Amino acid sequence: MAKSALLKSSIAKKVAMALSGLFLMLFLAQHFFINMTSVFSENTFNSISHFMGNNPLVQFVIQPVLIAGVVFHFIMGIVLDFKNRAARPIAYAKNNGAANSSWASRNMIVTGAVIFAFLGLHFYDFWFPEMIYKYVDVSPLDETRYFHEMTAKFESPVRTGLYCLSFVLLALHLWHGFSSSFQSVGARRVSLGTQKLGYAFAIIIPFGFIFIALFHHFNH
Amino acid sequence: MAQCQSTFDFRLYGFQTKNMKLILKIWRQKNAATEGKIVEYPIDHIEPDMSFLEMLDILNDELIMKGDEPVAFDHDCREGICGMCSLYINGEAHGPDKGITTCQLHMRMFKDGDTIFIEPFRAKAFPVIKDLVVDRSSFDRIQHAGGFISVNTSGNTIDANTIPINKKDADDAFDAAACIGCGACVASCKNSSAMLFVAAKVSQYALLPQGRIEATDRVLNMVSQMDAEGFGNCTNTGACEVECPKGISLENIARMNREYLSASLKG
Amino acid sequence: MALDSKIPEGSISDKWTNYKDHINLVNPANKRNLDVIIVGTGLAGGSAAATLAELGYNVKAFCFQDSPRRAHSIAAQGGINAAKNYQGDGDSTFRLFYDTVKGGDYRAREANVHRLAEVSGNIIDQCVAQGVPLAREYGGLLDNRSFGGTLVSRTFYAKGQTGQQLLLGAYSAMNRQIGRGKIKMHNRHEMLDLVVVDGKARGIIARNLVTGEIERHSAHAVVIASGGYGNVFFLSTNAMGSNATAAWKIHKKGAFFANPCYTQIHPTCIPVSGDHQSKLTLMSESLRNDGRIWVPAKLEDAKAIREGKKKPTDLYEAERDYYLERRYPAFGNLVPRDVASRAAKERCDAGFGVNKTGEAVYLDFAAAIQRYGKEQVYVKGLDANDAELVIKLGTAVVANKYGNLFQMYDKIVDENPYKTPMMIYPAVHYTMGGTWVDYNLQTTIPGCFSIGESNFSDHGANRLGASALMQGLADGYFVLPYTIGDYLAPDIKMGTISTDLPEFIAAEKAVKDQIEKFINNKGTHSVDYFHKKLGKIMWDKVGMARNEKGLNEAIVEIAALREEFYKDVKVPGTDKGFNQELEKATRVADFLELGELFAKDALHRNESCGGHFREEYATEEGEAQRDDENFAYVAAWEYKGKPSDAVLHKEALVFDNVKLVQRSYK
Repeated sequence: MAKSALLKSSIAKKVAMALSGLFLMLFLAQHFFINMTSVFSENTFNSISHFMGNNPLVQFVIQPVLIAGVVFHFIMGIVLDFKNRAARPIAYAKNNGAANSSWASRNMIVTGAVIFAFLGLHFYDFWFPEMIYKYVDVSPLDETRYFHEMTAKFESPVRTGLYCLSFVLLALHLWHGFSSSFQSVGARRVSLGTQKLGYAFAIIIPFGFIFIALFHHFNH
Repeated sequence: MAQCQSTFDFRLYGFQTKNMKLILKIWRQKNAATEGKIVEYPIDHIEPDMSFLEMLDILNDELIMKGDEPVAFDHDCREGICGMCSLYINGEAHGPDKGITTCQLHMRMFKDGDTIFIEPFRAKAFPVIKDLVVDRSSFDRIQHAGGFISVNTSGNTIDANTIPINKKDADDAFDAAACIGCGACVASCKNSSAMLFVAAKVSQYALLPQGRIEATDRVLNMVSQMDAEGFGNCTNTGACEVECPKGISLENIARMNREYLSASLKG
Repeated sequence: MALDSKIPEGSISDKWTNYKDHINLVNPANKRNLDVIIVGTGLAGGSAAATLAELGYNVKAFCFQDSPRRAHSIAAQGGINAAKNYQGDGDSTFRLFYDTVKGGDYRAREANVHRLAEVSGNIIDQCVAQGVPLAREYGGLLDNRSFGGTLVSRTFYAKGQTGQQLLLGAYSAMNRQIGRGKIKMHNRHEMLDLVVVDGKARGIIARNLVTGEIERHSAHAVVIASGGYGNVFFLSTNAMGSNATAAWKIHKKGAFFANPCYTQIHPTCIPVSGDHQSKLTLMSESLRNDGRIWVPAKLEDAKAIREGKKKPTDLYEAERDYYLERRYPAFGNLVPRDVASRAAKERCDAGFGVNKTGEAVYLDFAAAIQRYGKEQVYVKGLDANDAELVIKLGTAVVANKYGNLFQMYDKIVDENPYKTPMMIYPAVHYTMGGTWVDYNLQTTIPGCFSIGESNFSDHGANRLGASALMQGLADGYFVLPYTIGDYLAPDIKMGTISTDLPEFIAAEKAVKDQIEKFINNKGTHSVDYFHKKLGKIMWDKVGMARNEKGLNEAIVEIAALREEFYKDVKVPGTDKGFNQELEKATRVADFLELGELFAKDALHRNESCGGHFREEYATEEGEAQRDDENFAYVAAWEYKGKPSDAVLHKEALVFDNVKLVQRSYK
């Protein structure tokens, strides 16, 4: 079978979804650990942020790959959802999805879209200003600015609320997405261990982010 | 049944039991070319011991006596093994009970006064033939693409005990082979994916030494045919496994993904 | 016309080998020019289609289901016999042959049965090579279990789904050939007539069940593999669509119909629950290994149970009648199927039945649970006086052995069989009779073959458990592919047969006329009404026990019912498109004729043998009494316009290798 056919196959697409998802989860985990340092030490947070923001490898290799990963995961998700909807032209008059599957698993496109919208907000809050600071205005290096920039954003209760809501949806997305990605790449014995690990990841990481947001909201 | 002016007045035994009254909302569609709609039928004198299909037999008999066309539905063995019966009942493939086919569903699962939706299995790859009857030949075509071991049926093969097979693998192969090809997996999947069905066959052969020889071509060809038939993609919701009357495990899908990846790298 | 069974010369063990060495062969290049039609795609038809296609013939296969995978062979539970002697317990080809002839109550043809036993081992090799997941032991080798009527362990199995796995094996072999274009599969098609040209079978008329179109299909030979006719009883363990139309149509075109009265009634089925009953569910015979069968000893207790005033568990041991253990101390609950079935009927007829219909007996696992529980307690060194623990451990053992069957029972009856005895009653299961065929599996119409359950040949008057799967696959994989070649060899230069021949046109017109008649008949009763009425006559008068008076009545009643059917049946809809009522009508029309011939055959056979029990021909203890002097023959009936005019032809059965004895299970 030709390689071109492989790229078009349904399994190849789901493997691509899974791999990009796993990659994003890895990113999420490291992002979480860096943010968590802000709860304990302003200096540690600042120095790690400075490193991430100025290391050429992170900036010019990892960052573009990450953005490509996000865009790919999003576009592929939408493409697959359209294809999947087309596979059932007439809907059931009565469907009891809750009888056989979790809400999270059936609504990945909904939770995913909300997360993507949140990323827009996140870019608006942090990434665009950062890019402008560094590469447009070419402002001077300042290793101490990161912590204050962040806490300033968490002053607004509306923004903090949106932030928390988005992470609840992220939790739902991960609730299914974590073990699903292992299943898609054909991991053995996905059923028990991986699933529990996935649930733990889906709770600890997003609710950790929520904790950090609320911590700064009430402490600054 | 006393008032019932139907052939079911003809009694083999003539004993009485409690009756249930129900409202049936059934998908009626004349043929593949015409549009269908849900039609409501009240029905009376249903006994809890009846099977769901026997309840439909009674409805059909009443319809025939009234001069209407009976509701077409697929069924054959009525003991849960042939895979011919289908039906999406109150939002679930094979109805609300688990681990059974529609023919094994009994009316005691419902309450007097219930409204029951009865729809065909829905998927682009399962076009409706009439009413509740769908065309599942897409499943056959996937099997034609590779659901076999290329051994001649001459009988001049090696003795059956020449190659011992680990009991665990033999049992797992059997569990995958227990698929009856009813299509409940496709019907239950929000994406109308046929992955569980295809994975069951791929797994059965992948687990046995006889099947390994053609494993690479088999998985590539069967998946390619599955895609060509217009089934959706698997998003691992797990609905198929829950609704499968034979409890075919999701593990088989993971195995097929694995087989597919290694086959593509080889191929 | 004298019947020629064409049994080859030589000693019984050399016949098949000699035969194969001397038949005509068709060279591979010429096979491409020959078409074969196969009707039915169960174990026999499916395996034949795959093998013939693989040999190079152009196969056109037909089934009424939406896929060959759904044929009713799929429902066989227990297993498949083969004389492999893997267990080293003394099994051999001869023993399998001997057991089968004896089990058939000496009414089968020796040469055919021996051939069956010879190829039985090949079937297992073939199926394993195909990837059929037969049960294995921990060492990785194939496992066996033992079945009724034999002294060795020769039954191969795949849990309780052996038929399913073997059928899917044959289906996979078909898929390979369909994918290569060598089999042209016609799903959702029903054969409605055979076309005979110059005395030879040359095609069929089939209805496309989706479009309603009547189609003509030609071939150089036609193979009927359409299964049995158990649905003549309306209620049976057969699938709803199982029908005799293909077999009956060839009978009407000249194929003799043999031994229609040989019907197997299976003792362990779930009883009828009400008027609405559409079919019966079988539970594996293996349950009788551990279950004890009983009814209340006193009539008043039986009555109280029927009225719901007493429960079976309320009765003490002394108040129960374990009638099989009482009547047959040596075999007890493990007597053969026909004996167990008749004994249940005898008790229920005497008023001891235990469900609301009065037609059920108990199959009780309480003793087995106790026995296994105590064993486990000792093995595990636990307290043997802890009654609850014994029950718990015993239940686990029983669940491990029969769990799926118990669950099936629970789903259907809504009672927990671990706590209260199961209720069972005999039901029609398999028909040993069928189209008469010679050693080549050819009917009395040249070029028309009949294989699997649809022929009469291998099981005599009673089939042993796990032999149906064996016969279906033997015929399809290993016998027909040889014998059909011998027949086809002279036809290699013939070329494709035209479907415009007058014979095709006439056959098609007859089919269309019948369908039109049904559609335009403005009757007042549905097809099921007549089918149920026929079933009741058959069950009451031509069922488990038959007598002259009842059979004479049945013949008259069925003929009258048939007349009423044609006058008063109502078939809704049109002949265009999908019409399930029309399908039923054409099938029931044939059952209404077959039922009469069935009764006629039962009336003429003045003896009791196997599945045929005549009350007049019983020993003083009520056991079946064979008459080898006058009835050791195959009764083959020739159609002469209507069933009552059918002419009897006898094929004498010669037993050179098996000594005829009275079966005794005391």
